[in-house]
Amino acid sequence: MADLELTGAEIVVSCLRDEGVKHLFGYPGGAVLNIYDEIYKQHDFKHILVRHEQAAVHAADAYSRSTGEVGVAIVTSGPGATNAVTGIATAYMDSIPMVVISGQVPTPAIGQDAFQEVDMVGITRPCVKHNFLVRDVRDLAVTIKKAFYIAASGRPGPVVVDIPKDVTQHRCVYEYPKSVSMRSYNPTSKGHAGQIKKAAQMLLEAKRPMIYTGGGVILGNAAARVTELIRLLGYPTTSTLMGLGGYPSPDPLFLGMLGMHGTIEANMAMQHCDVLLAVGARFDDRVIGNPKHFAKEARRIIHIDVDPSSISKRVRVDIPIVGDVVQVLDEVIRLVQADSVKPDAEALNAWWAQIELWRAQDCLKYDRSASVIKPQFVIEKLYEVTQGDAYVTSDVGQHQMWAAQYYQFDKPRRWINSGGLGTMGFGLPAAMGVQMAHPEAMVACVTGEGSIQMNIQELSTCKEWNLPIKVVLLNNGYLGMVRQWQQFFYEERYAESYMNSLPDFVKLAEAYGHVGITIDKPEDVEPALRDAFGKYKDRLVFLNFLTDPRENVFPMIPAGKGLSEMILL
Amino acid sequence: MRHILSLLMENESGALSRVAGLFSARAYNIESLTVAPTEDATLSRMTIVTRGSTDVIEQITKQLNKLIDVVKVQDLTDGSHIERELMLVKVRATGDQREEMKRLADIFRGRILDVSDKTYTIELTGPGSKLDAFLHAVEPSTILETVRTGASGIGRGDRIMKI
Ligand SMILES: Cc1ncc(C[n+]2csc(CCOP(=O)(O)OP(=O)(O)O)c2C)c(N)n1
Repeated sequence: MADLELTGAEIVVSCLRDEGVKHLFGYPGGAVLNIYDEIYKQHDFKHILVRHEQAAVHAADAYSRSTGEVGVAIVTSGPGATNAVTGIATAYMDSIPMVVISGQVPTPAIGQDAFQEVDMVGITRPCVKHNFLVRDVRDLAVTIKKAFYIAASGRPGPVVVDIPKDVTQHRCVYEYPKSVSMRSYNPTSKGHAGQIKKAAQMLLEAKRPMIYTGGGVILGNAAARVTELIRLLGYPTTSTLMGLGGYPSPDPLFLGMLGMHGTIEANMAMQHCDVLLAVGARFDDRVIGNPKHFAKEARRIIHIDVDPSSISKRVRVDIPIVGDVVQVLDEVIRLVQADSVKPDAEALNAWWAQIELWRAQDCLKYDRSASVIKPQFVIEKLYEVTQGDAYVTSDVGQHQMWAAQYYQFDKPRRWINSGGLGTMGFGLPAAMGVQMAHPEAMVACVTGEGSIQMNIQELSTCKEWNLPIKVVLLNNGYLGMVRQWQQFFYEERYAESYMNSLPDFVKLAEAYGHVGITIDKPEDVEPALRDAFGKYKDRLVFLNFLTDPRENVFPMIPAGKGLSEMILL
Repeated sequence: MRHILSLLMENESGALSRVAGLFSARAYNIESLTVAPTEDATLSRMTIVTRGSTDVIEQITKQLNKLIDVVKVQDLTDGSHIERELMLVKVRATGDQREEMKRLADIFRGRILDVSDKTYTIELTGPGSKLDAFLHAVEPSTILETVRTGASGIGRGDRIMKI
């Protein structure tokens, strides 16, 4: 008997099942109706219907960020596909493994300006790791397999699979490939042994060492290794916005986040170290500021990254090591342990003494006696009430920086934000993705009144799925980060940064079926948070904190300036 | 510095746009780009002529290697190589100019492919600089039309790019 033939739509669903997908975020439409009909008939995975395609992609993205698995989203052709683009670009900038399935008009209609036709492969080309248009049902299963493989391997990233409607109707025999190999794609995994040896020696010779870790440590599941190496050496450590949680923030070896809103001690140590170990980080403009200023001080740099194009892109390095971070660090640790040379204790003491002087400036201090709610205080209380154990998603702006500075992340994959693209509207859908992946976990979405309104419709999705997310709105009545730049760099001309006519967020939350609370006094902050995570544990709680409208994020390095040119409170 | 990059890539629809898109998105310069399938129909060979500092060329090479469809990248200018370009040029050729133009074509080892009572169409191959030299040697007002393929390149001797 001939093997059973399946339709393309059945094949899509079978592939997702065989890939082990448990959650699919999406929104239906004409071009994907055949696929939705098969989704309806199956019970292997859940489909989460969002209220806007951008949210489906952010949710799938954050699902991946919090679990390490590939996130999956599905959208229809045309407007469904274009709505997904911001989400895809967000994932691309932060190297998040994701597969996005988009419907396409039937193959004979492609290029005819058909109803809801858009060149999805063309539109997404600059913001995907790779994309495919599947023209033949016989290529469907292998293409989906490749999509998952490409998304998750090497430097991860989003992959789009665009499927014309007729392909979902055509039939062929289904077999999901066990593995794929591609002659044109062989991501490097093993670091060069000679380079690793040189790196270990250079680390041990350092007088003023510094370790700088980035998102690659989280994505490469290397937090335990990084922690082991740092403890072994006793060297000062900083992290980028994307790397927070890679090393426990409360630990004294950790100098806080570096970069535009980094601490004095982290930025100064970065500028003045003599040996810098960069792990899974890319020296981007928000991190080292002006590369010319960074290069003023001489230092030797070791750079470990899975992506060769991240190395020597903005800053020349002395020892490049391309490879899987865990594998490379294992080797470095082994060599450091075996070496008879030990770190120079005297030099290290002097270096730490200098760092402690920087640290003593207490650059994250703020006015704790204020009668208005300080946003930093809310985050500190959030940390206390959740005992550091929550997943924290954020949107983009001042609140994002305060969350990064004041929530002491001590585990990887807990801090979920759009660092590369800086997408307002990310926070709430991201919290949905995280809560779907971790139903029992505490999930907080730290947001601003500008950002939350960019995807507020998702409160409806949260209701449908009873997601007990806590929305922590730091409501300062301004597009705060924009206002801050206008105050500092535009002589206080506040062009369109005031958020007038805000909705009554409590009523809004209630209208969506959730609990809403407005908090306007510092002493009410902690009780409200306790209620949210206690009494209302199983509900979505929208906490509308009315915070100081004039508060700014410090320290701050103005764009284009160097690491030692910080503006302080 | 001028560099000639040779690429082997999957002969897939869209592969060319990925390369072209990379150059425009990252503001790299392309002087010329040629592409055609190889003897193995699943592969295309592309030659890109670009300019940039050593750092920029290093980034271009890495970024090209990162494209999923690209199988191999080689900077031909790293070693000895041959570079050839083809040009078709239509010139005015009337009266005395006819003899003169024929002589000039001969000097440059060009071939006259098409003749009308007022024009010659000449084929020339060589490194880009030779084609430039021909165009400089001709009185500008007599040049009616030119079309050039852009450079193709190959390594000399044992330098072979294959998978
Ligand atoms: C989609 C999008 N549009 C515009 C911006 C530019 N932007 C960055 S921060 C910011 C203000 C955010 O305001 P809000 O969400 O209220 O947060 P706050 O800074 O007040 O904490 C804006 C407009 C952006 N990052 N994303």
